[in-house]
Amino acid sequence: MIKLQDVTKVFSGRAGSRPVKALDGITLSVAAGEVFGIIGPSGAGKSTLIRVVNLLERPSSGRVEVGGVDITDLKGKSLRAARRGIGMIFQHFNLLSSRTVFGNVALPLELVGVPAAEIEQKVSQLLDLVGLADKRDRYPVELSGGQKQRVGIARALATDPKVLLCDEATSALDPETTRSILRLLADINKRLGLTILLITHEMSVVTEICRRVAVMESGRFIEQGDVLDVFVHPRTPTGRALVTTATGGDPPEVVMRRLVPQPVPGGGVVLRIVFRGSLADQPVISQLSRRFGTDMNLLHGHLDAIDDASFGVLVAEITGPPAGIHATIAFLHSNRLDVEVLGYVPPSLRATG
Amino acid sequence: MSPQVYALLVDATTETLLMVGVSGVIATVLGLPLGLALAVTGRGELLSCPAFNHVVGLVINATRSTPFIILVVAIIPFTRLVAGTSIGTRAAIVPLIVAATPFIARVVEAAIREVDRGLIEAAAAMGATPLQIIRKVLLPEALPAIILGLTLATVSLIGYSAMVGAVGGGGLGDLGIRYGYQRFLPDVMVAVVLVLIVLVQIVQSGGELIAQQVNKRNLKS
Repeated sequence: MIKLQDVTKVFSGRAGSRPVKALDGITLSVAAGEVFGIIGPSGAGKSTLIRVVNLLERPSSGRVEVGGVDITDLKGKSLRAARRGIGMIFQHFNLLSSRTVFGNVALPLELVGVPAAEIEQKVSQLLDLVGLADKRDRYPVELSGGQKQRVGIARALATDPKVLLCDEATSALDPETTRSILRLLADINKRLGLTILLITHEMSVVTEICRRVAVMESGRFIEQGDVLDVFVHPRTPTGRALVTTATGGDPPEVVMRRLVPQPVPGGGVVLRIVFRGSLADQPVISQLSRRFGTDMNLLHGHLDAIDDASFGVLVAEITGPPAGIHATIAFLHSNRLDVEVLGYVPPSLRATG
Repeated sequence: MSPQVYALLVDATTETLLMVGVSGVIATVLGLPLGLALAVTGRGELLSCPAFNHVVGLVINATRSTPFIILVVAIIPFTRLVAGTSIGTRAAIVPLIVAATPFIARVVEAAIREVDRGLIEAAAAMGATPLQIIRKVLLPEALPAIILGLTLATVSLIGYSAMVGAVGGGGLGDLGIRYGYQRFLPDVMVAVVLVLIVLVQIVQSGGELIAQQVNKRNLKS
């Protein structure tokens, strides 16, 4: 539904300053009905990228295709027609303060000269869809952030687009409101078969509703794939950093400080264990003590579900006889768990954990 | 206060209202589109046209940097051409328009530039034409600020109108100078100042009231 072919965007900047390459060879393909996330730190080029899709930013080179039509060179009337097939919602909602909720949602329909009676009907439908029927005569200033974004969504859907672009749509919202907006987007995606492309700097947004994700840095995609894969096996430092924030950060400082790089006789080992899919449902942990005579002390953990597949990250300290520790690690590996040795702890300090 | 002075005061007030009213309306009709044009033709704006923007900006700056009393006498030939005379209330309206139009253009420009760029972007993403963006987004969103700007311009016009006594324009300022100052009638001076204060108050409060009515950004429920 959305295809970008080797898209670059160079901002020439003011005289004297270097040109900035905001997008550097982006190739992307989003299937119809898919929810695709683009994640990256600020300044990575995400905003520019999403604006290339509806040509609010014109690419310096490369092709942009939406709904099977190459729109790269469209101008004037045909460009405006193409844009009506692409809805967009924004971080700061961008609602007209001078218009009521009804007026805001009606705006895109007014622009194409839809008769008033039809506008009335369509807007009522949309407000029902986003759950704001009772707010139709309110002004944006009277709404909460979540309600404003619902108006934004209703407005974006007014022209029955096939694609919805979400520009950091939940970044100005609190976690609970973020959830409800994401649920609404997921619902719309399923009910209307809408293709959604979203950009965010929050991994939790991606794990909540995206099936596939691309990690962006310095105008390039540095990782791309199924959300679960990227989440469990981040291959780049940026990807790893994003995942770490989503799983509640690294183990506490007090734990990390005690770690030494080499094994200490009589000491223990600290492991990061990543569970995924159905494996997360197996009682692997409880088997360890029984089979190898080792003890496990949980230091840090995060359990979550992506696409209905559970996964978890545990940081645990294993103590016991060296042979037992070896056997434990081997056992975890043999269960296709990802195990990473974070470090070792000397025995004298062990008890303080 | 003698009945004669009272009659003079009424006449002068009428003249001031006439000058300010007529020049205010005409200057708004001219200044509003000019300010809009300035706002949307800036570099990187909706209808970017830097050359036009630059030239118009220069003319406006030149007009605005000329002291009003000099402007009044400097454009006497033009005034005669437009009004058919260079003295009297009718003639005084011409320099008032010339002074107020650039002023209004600048306040309108500032009001429109204040509109959040995100709104322009959102409208563009919906497939709005530049004209639709101006009509449906920029003007309605800038309306409260435009009304406050026009209020400011009207108050300035009341001040300017006091100076057109120099070309026999009459009005309250002229009365104050000729009777209050030159004939040393302090009660006339006091009356003139009081009427001016009341006029400015009415204009300012009225403008703020209307601006508040159309401003939906901080509703008082």
